[in-house]
Amino acid sequence: MKKSKFFLLLSLMLVLSTFLAACGGGGDNAGKDDNKKGADETAAQEIKMLEAQAIPNMDSVKSTDTISFTTLNNVNEGLYRLDGNQEVVEGMAEGEPEISEDGTVYTFKLRDAKWSNGEPVTAHDFVYAWQRAIDPETASEYGPYMMDGKIKGAAEITAAAAEKKEYDLNTLGVKAIDDKTLEVTLERPVPFFKSLMTFPTFYPQNQKFVEEQGENYGVNSDSILYNGPFVLADWDGSTDSEWSYVKNADYWDADTVKLEKVTWNVLKESQSAANAFETGEVDITSKLSSDVVPQYEGDPRLVKWLEPTIFWLKMNQKESDALKNVNIRKAIAQAINKEDFVNSVLNNGSIVANYAVPNEFVKNDETGEDFRAINGNELLPYNLDEAKKAWEAGLAELGTDSVELRYLTDDTETAKKSAEYVKNQLETNLPGMKINVESVPFSVRIDRQNKQDYDLQMHGWGPDYLDPMTFSDLWLTGGGNNKMDYSNKKYDQLIEEAQTTLAQKPVERYEALAEAERILLEEDAAIAPLYQRSSNLLVNEKVENFTYHLVGPEYSFKWTSVK
Amino acid sequence: MAKYLTQRIIYMVVTLFLIASFTFFLMKIIPGTPFSNADKLSDTQLSIMIDKYGLDDPVPVQYANYMMNLLKGDLGVSFQFNNVGVTDIIIKSLGPSATLGGLAILFGTFFGVILGVVAALKQNTWVDYTSTFIAVLGKSIPSFVFAGLLQYYIGVKLGWFPVAFWRGPEYMVLPTIALAMFPLATASRFVRTEMIEVMESDYITLAKAKGASWFEIAFKHALRNALIPVITVLGPLVVSLMTGSLVIEKIFGIPGIGEQFVKSIQVNDYPVIMGTTLLFAGLFVLVILIVDLLYGVIDPRIRLAGGKK
Repeated sequence: MKKSKFFLLLSLMLVLSTFLAACGGGGDNAGKDDNKKGADETAAQEIKMLEAQAIPNMDSVKSTDTISFTTLNNVNEGLYRLDGNQEVVEGMAEGEPEISEDGTVYTFKLRDAKWSNGEPVTAHDFVYAWQRAIDPETASEYGPYMMDGKIKGAAEITAAAAEKKEYDLNTLGVKAIDDKTLEVTLERPVPFFKSLMTFPTFYPQNQKFVEEQGENYGVNSDSILYNGPFVLADWDGSTDSEWSYVKNADYWDADTVKLEKVTWNVLKESQSAANAFETGEVDITSKLSSDVVPQYEGDPRLVKWLEPTIFWLKMNQKESDALKNVNIRKAIAQAINKEDFVNSVLNNGSIVANYAVPNEFVKNDETGEDFRAINGNELLPYNLDEAKKAWEAGLAELGTDSVELRYLTDDTETAKKSAEYVKNQLETNLPGMKINVESVPFSVRIDRQNKQDYDLQMHGWGPDYLDPMTFSDLWLTGGGNNKMDYSNKKYDQLIEEAQTTLAQKPVERYEALAEAERILLEEDAAIAPLYQRSSNLLVNEKVENFTYHLVGPEYSFKWTSVK
Repeated sequence: MAKYLTQRIIYMVVTLFLIASFTFFLMKIIPGTPFSNADKLSDTQLSIMIDKYGLDDPVPVQYANYMMNLLKGDLGVSFQFNNVGVTDIIIKSLGPSATLGGLAILFGTFFGVILGVVAALKQNTWVDYTSTFIAVLGKSIPSFVFAGLLQYYIGVKLGWFPVAFWRGPEYMVLPTIALAMFPLATASRFVRTEMIEVMESDYITLAKAKGASWFEIAFKHALRNALIPVITVLGPLVVSLMTGSLVIEKIFGIPGIGEQFVKSIQVNDYPVIMGTTLLFAGLFVLVILIVDLLYGVIDPRIRLAGGKK
């Protein structure tokens, strides 16, 4: 009977806490004080991190996700790496590459660096990894995606494999002149090639080790070689929810690295992450969802930055007569109150996007000016009068008084809420408009996009390298990612120029890309940009130089330390 | 008994085979590929991947291949993780889920039964009303609300137990309580109703007349019969708790199987979908068998096949 009394007590406590929760809030200060106490006691160079998911794939040529990329970025190193200002800094390459006059041949000098098994990192390791990445047998997703059209010979290998013809990996434009000299030949000048070299797909791999491990390569922390600031430890494979980075004493720049250890835990739920942060259990949370962010508004521990990811409505011109009409597209693009949308629906620091290349993303090499400075942030903004005018003109041209469109979107909470809002705006502001929302799982949405089986689609795009081109070449006629039958010769012409004749003239190149963006939005209203996403997470005040990135890997701990 | 068991096991295998086949074809109806980067790949690049993994073979051929491998005990390799076998994923993530589910069932039914018995014996007193109140709360409030409250008030405010992760016994306390509320409420309601009925039956009156002690009557004579409906609801509950504590696992950062199941469906990771479905189905039919066998143990009046002869 004693037990039941104890239980009664416990139950009463639970009941009580239900009511306490209702009166909620108010108690944040207690947690903060606890945190500060914790910081004084532990001056050890060790931080505790949260991630929303386990590491899916540590084989650098096969990884496709930010968590794997982030881990690789801290335990391995390519020719270059990105620093906290998103600048390209030295990695395995020593100094600047030698670039041929036409900008298509790069020669890199490698520094003396070691793998974690003591063997030197050589130019052959790069050749091996790159060939492995493009090899259709490897079935890498990012290999062909990152190399085709850039590295000489890559697209040909992919095409040959697709037609089941013979191909020769040695035709790929990467050669080891000697152990310390790597020569890369490009299809055409790639102005952002150096920043491309910071991407994990281009990291080196030790052939002997990879072949020895075979199927087991990269399945746990013992079956990988390291050449980065840290080595991966206690990682038992992709299902493991805890792992850590331990300082690599053999790293060429080990003097710069202050942290001894970074431990990681998987915690998906944002509110739980915030709770763990409050108890001092973790120093840096994973990215917070929008329901948690408002609780920390104004708190210095909330670190916020603009991600270069834009969400827009793709308007598929393949079958819909309405969407083939430019006035109808202009009406849709201008009829959505984006300000209200980001503030009331998203409410997580995302900003209105009246553009197709993100804000705070890339700067011109020569002038140091943000790309957005050329066109500003007012291409195709919310404008109800213009929208209504375009709508009536469009309906008259079509000879109808109503338009019915399917709206394809994901089945996540945010996607559903967004769909409700957009539907409501369009149906209210454009009389005669009917929107049918179709929420489907991610893989189904992508499949329907590939088959162009949609009218409107809520679609987001994040960059893979630091250049406007990662957004601009999406809308080329017949482009691999267009998938909405948009085509404009002027647009194609400008992109072509930016890739060829203007490739080595940064100022003119940016102007051409900006003009292309203006045509895409102002003239053609091909897509309806909605918002640019922001990242929010909590960082303990004792952490110094927390470093995040805008492309590929999300964080670097090379320069981070504890106060 | 042996004959009955063999027969049941044959039925189980047939059931599992049907479930596996049905799931396989249903799964293949879902459009899309298992490639996480499909949004960015060109058609040529995508076609190489699809060919490489044999995803363009006719579905019946893929089905035959899968079944052949399944017979050999090979569940295949995951798409979303690099070179990780499905068997490996299941073994590693089933442990925490089973532990958590097992603890919740254990605590939930133990306290639920006690609560139900006490409520029945003290019918229509404040004890009974309190027990009813707790049961209503436990049944009507979802476990993730309890989880959130426990995490915030006991974990953050009081600091008695860790708020998340899965590293040792103290980490199990909060998720177990959160998850135990439902079986606790269920068990206590069933036991109370049954106990009240049983306590009015003739053999209890006889026991009382014999002068048996209160404790003896309640726990030795009455409870045994009152437990039958509890066992019935407990079976499916065990399976759903061992495997379906997805929300609780998410909130407390427990590396369990629930997430693997849900995520594999979202990303079309075919081998993992099949593996987890088979696991859940297998556990389910197994538990049903165990429950049927338990009936006989608890109540000798229920005889399994052949009992009458």
